[in-house]
Amino acid sequence: MTPGPDGRIRPHIFVVWVEDLPGVLNRVTSLFRRRGFNIESLSVGPARAPGVSRMTIVVRTDATTARRMLVQLSRLVNVLRADDITNEPAIHHELAMFKIQATGEERTQVIQLAGATGARLVDIAPESVVLEATASPQKIDGLAEVLRPYGIVEQVRTGLVGMARGAASVMTDPDARKPPKRRRASSDESGGSHSV
Amino acid sequence: MTKRWRRTGAQLIWETLLGEGVHTVFGYPGGAILPAYDAMLDYPIRHILVRHEQGATHMADGYSRASGEVGVAVATSGPGATNMVTGIATAMLDSSPIVCVTGQVGSALIGTDAFQETDVTGVTLPITKHNYLVTEVDEIAPALHEAFYVARSGRPGPVLVDITKDAQQAFTQRRPRLGKVDLPGYRPEPRPPESELQSAAELINRAERPVILAGHGILISGAMGQVRELAERARIPIAMTLLGIGAIPANHSLNMGMMGMHGESWVNQAIQEADLLLALGMRFDDRVTGSLKTYAPNAAKIHIDIDPAEFNKNVRVDVALAGDLSAVLAHLLPVIEARDRSEWLGSIRGFKGDTAVRDIQNLPDMGKLYAAHVIHDIWRMTGGRAIVTTDVGQHQMWEAQYYRHNEPRSLITSGGLGTMGFALPAAVGAKVARPDDEVWVIAGDGGFQMTMCELATIAQERLKLNVAIINNGYLGMVRQWQEFFYDRRYAGTPILSPDFAALARSFGLGGEVVKTRQEVEGAVERARADERTVVLDFQVEKEDTVYPMVPTGARLQDMIRRPGQEADGDPESEEEPVAAGRTVEW
Ligand SMILES: Cc1cc2nc3c(=O)[nH]c(=O)nc-3n(C[C@H](O)[C@H](O)[C@H](O)COP(=O)(O)OP(=O)(O)OC[C@H]3O[C@@H](n4cnc5c(N)ncnc54)[C@H](O)[C@@H]3O)c2cc1C
Ligand SMILES: Cc1ncc(C[n+]2csc(CCOP(=O)(O)OP(=O)(O)O)c2C)c(N)n1
Ligand SMILES: [Mg+2]
Repeated sequence: MTPGPDGRIRPHIFVVWVEDLPGVLNRVTSLFRRRGFNIESLSVGPARAPGVSRMTIVVRTDATTARRMLVQLSRLVNVLRADDITNEPAIHHELAMFKIQATGEERTQVIQLAGATGARLVDIAPESVVLEATASPQKIDGLAEVLRPYGIVEQVRTGLVGMARGAASVMTDPDARKPPKRRRASSDESGGSHSV
Repeated sequence: MTKRWRRTGAQLIWETLLGEGVHTVFGYPGGAILPAYDAMLDYPIRHILVRHEQGATHMADGYSRASGEVGVAVATSGPGATNMVTGIATAMLDSSPIVCVTGQVGSALIGTDAFQETDVTGVTLPITKHNYLVTEVDEIAPALHEAFYVARSGRPGPVLVDITKDAQQAFTQRRPRLGKVDLPGYRPEPRPPESELQSAAELINRAERPVILAGHGILISGAMGQVRELAERARIPIAMTLLGIGAIPANHSLNMGMMGMHGESWVNQAIQEADLLLALGMRFDDRVTGSLKTYAPNAAKIHIDIDPAEFNKNVRVDVALAGDLSAVLAHLLPVIEARDRSEWLGSIRGFKGDTAVRDIQNLPDMGKLYAAHVIHDIWRMTGGRAIVTTDVGQHQMWEAQYYRHNEPRSLITSGGLGTMGFALPAAVGAKVARPDDEVWVIAGDGGFQMTMCELATIAQERLKLNVAIINNGYLGMVRQWQEFFYDRRYAGTPILSPDFAALARSFGLGGEVVKTRQEVEGAVERARADERTVVLDFQVEKEDTVYPMVPTGARLQDMIRRPGQEADGDPESEEEPVAAGRTVEW
C-alpha cells in the first residue's frame, strides 16, 4: 500500500452489515483483494436482526483509501451498510486463548499472572494451562508479552470486534428492513452456523 | 376441472425474459443449458446462434449500447461460460447492461469437478455488477427479474445468472410474483444534497474559462438535451471522452471534439487552461487525464456521476454531485445564468494554431491510401448517419477523429477494456437492435481475426452489415508504441492475414479489396448497395501513426504531434476539409 495524500497508514476498523446469504463473505473479501488491500483481521457473526450478519474488518491503510474502500463496500448489492468506526468512541475487543506449557513453580506464576491481568483460566492439564482473555488488541499484545517467557505453545485470536459506546450510536444495527428471504448468491457455500 | 398452473424451470426462464421485454437472445447450446433450449422452441424468442460465446456477450453488449435496452447472452456450463469472460469484463468496464444466462451442472454435482463444471459465479465475481447461482426452480424467475433490474438501474453493468440443470428441469406449481425488486442494500440512485447543488451553480456562474467534459453517462442517462441547454445558455465549450462521442453532435458549434491521449491537442490545451471543469458522466480514465499531477492545475472541478465511487478516485474534485445526470441537471439548470464567454471561446480558437495544416485530412494522399482518408470517405458517403462499431487500435482512434458522429449511440466501441475482436459481434447486436439503421464495422486486420468466425453468424442470420477492415499488416497501435518507445523493434507486431474478401465470399458474403484512394468511393457505394454483408479490405499505409498522442503518464499538453515536415505539403487538398459544412466556434 502506498500512502494516500492525506495521511499515515494505520489500522482502520470497518463494520459491515450484510445480507446473510451464501457467497457474501466471498464478495466482500474479493473486493479487498481486487483493490489491493490486505485484511488484518475479519470476524463475522449474526447481527441483531434475523438474516443479517455483521462483520468487523481491520485493514491497515490511510484515510483516503479507507474512504474509498467504504464507498466500494457500500456498492455491493448485498451490503446493507458499511461504517468506518476508527474514530468513533467505541469498544474494540478481541478474544484470545493461550496454551502455556508450565509445571510446578512456573505454573503457579502463570495462574497468578492470569488473575492480575484479568485473563481467565479455562483449562488445566498436567503439563499445560489455557488462559483466555477478552480485551483490546493492545492489552492482548501485552498479555502475550508477559506470557512468552513461560512458553506459549499455541495461541488463537479472533480478531477485533467493535461496538460504539452510548445509546444513540452511529452503529445501531440496520434492522428496520424486513429480513432477506432470498437464499441465492454465489460461490462459497460455507458451512457453519450462518451461511455467509 | 381446470388444469393447475404448472411450469418447468426452463419454461420460467423464457417467460421471465419475455416479461422483461426480451425477444432476441444471442447464444450457444450445450448439455447443462439443454432443458432451456428445448423449452425455447415454444416461446416467441429469436435465438441467434453465435460461433463463439465471446461473440454472444459482445452482441448482447452491442445490442444494449445501440438501443439502451438490456442485451441477453446464453451459454452452457464450463467452457461455454468461461468463453463469456472477456465479453462480460468488456461490458463491466464500459457500464453496459447485459444479462448472461448460463447452465450449470446439476446441484447435486456442484463441487465434485463434474463434467463441464466451472465455478462460474466465482470466476465472474469481480467482473460482474452482481451474479446469482440458482439451484431451485422457484428461484429462477425472481433471480432473473432481479438481474434485469440490477443490470439496468443505477450505474448499469453485466449480471450473470447461473442456473443448475436440475432447477431447469424441475416442475413448480408456484406461480412467480414479480413485483418491485426488494434489495435492501442496493441504492442505485443517490441524490445530491441541496447545498452541493448550490456550490456547483455558483462555480459555474462565476467561471471565466469553463469546459464541459462530456462522458458516456450522458448517453446512459439520456441527458443529451439538457447538456446542450447548459452549454448553450452558459456558452461553455464541450470536450468528449471516447465513449461520450455522440452525446453532443459533432457539428454543434460548442463541441470541440475528443479529449485525452489521442484527442485534439487544442482541446487538451483548453482543459489545461480552464478555470472550471464540469465532468458529466465521465470517470477521468487515465487515457483522459495524462499525468494526474499536472492535470488541469488551475481548474475547480465539479463531478456529476451516479456512482459515488468515482468521486476523487483519480482526480480530486471540489464539488461532487451524486445522482442520475438527468435528474441532477434538472435541479441545476434553472439556476445557471446565461453568459457570453466569447473571450474564452476566442482564446480556444487561438489554441488551434496550425492544427488544420498538420491534419492528415488536409494533406494530399500522394497516391497512398491512408486510413484517415478511408474513414473520412465512409463518413462523407454515409452522411455521418451510420452506426459504427470499432475494434481496438489505430483504426479505432482514426474513427474517433474522422467519423463525425451527430447522433447518440452511433459509435459503439470498447473503451475501458479495449477488447480486440469487439467490433464485428457488437455490430451484429447493433443491427439486431436497430434493423433499419445502416451499420458499419471498422476493424483492424488483427482484431478482425479474433472474432471473424461471426461472419458465419451474419450469413446464417442474413444480416446486412458493412465491414471496413483497415489492413495495415501490423498490430498497428502496438507497433506505434514500439516505434515511439521501443526503438522501432517490431516484436510480434507484423501480422499476416488471409484474403479477407475471398474469406467473406466463402461465407456467401460480398468481398472487395481496395488499394488506392480512387477506388474507395466506388467500393463503399457497392457495399452499401449490396443486400448482403460486404467486407472491404482496405490495404492502407503500413507504418502510419495516430497523431497527436500523449505518451502514458505525460502532461496532457505535451503531445507528440505529426512531424512538421509533413505539414509543409500542400494543404490545398482536393478533398473538402473536415470542417466544411459545420458552423464552428473555432
Ligand atoms: C486504444 C485506446 C485509446 C483510447 N484513447 C482515448 C482518448 O484519447 N480519449 C478518451 O477520452 N478515451 C480514450 N480511450 C477510452 C478510455 O480508455 C475510456 O474508456 C473512456 O475515456 C471512458 O469514457 P467515459 O468516462 O465517458 O465512459 P465510462 O467509462 O463508460 O464511464 C461512464 C461514467 O458515467 C457514469 N454514469 C453512468 N450512468 C450515469 C447516469 N445515469 N448519470 C450520471 N452518471 C452516470 C458512470 O458511473 C461512469 O463514471 C481509449 C481507449 C482505447 C482502447
Ligand atoms: C484481446 C486483446 N489483445 C491484445 C490487445 C493489445 N492491443 C491493443 S491495440 C493492438 C493492435 C491492434 O491491431 P489491429 O487490430 O490490426 O488494429 P490497428 O492498430 O492496426 O488499427 C493490440 C494487440 C488488446 N487490446 N486486446
Ligand atoms: Mg492492423
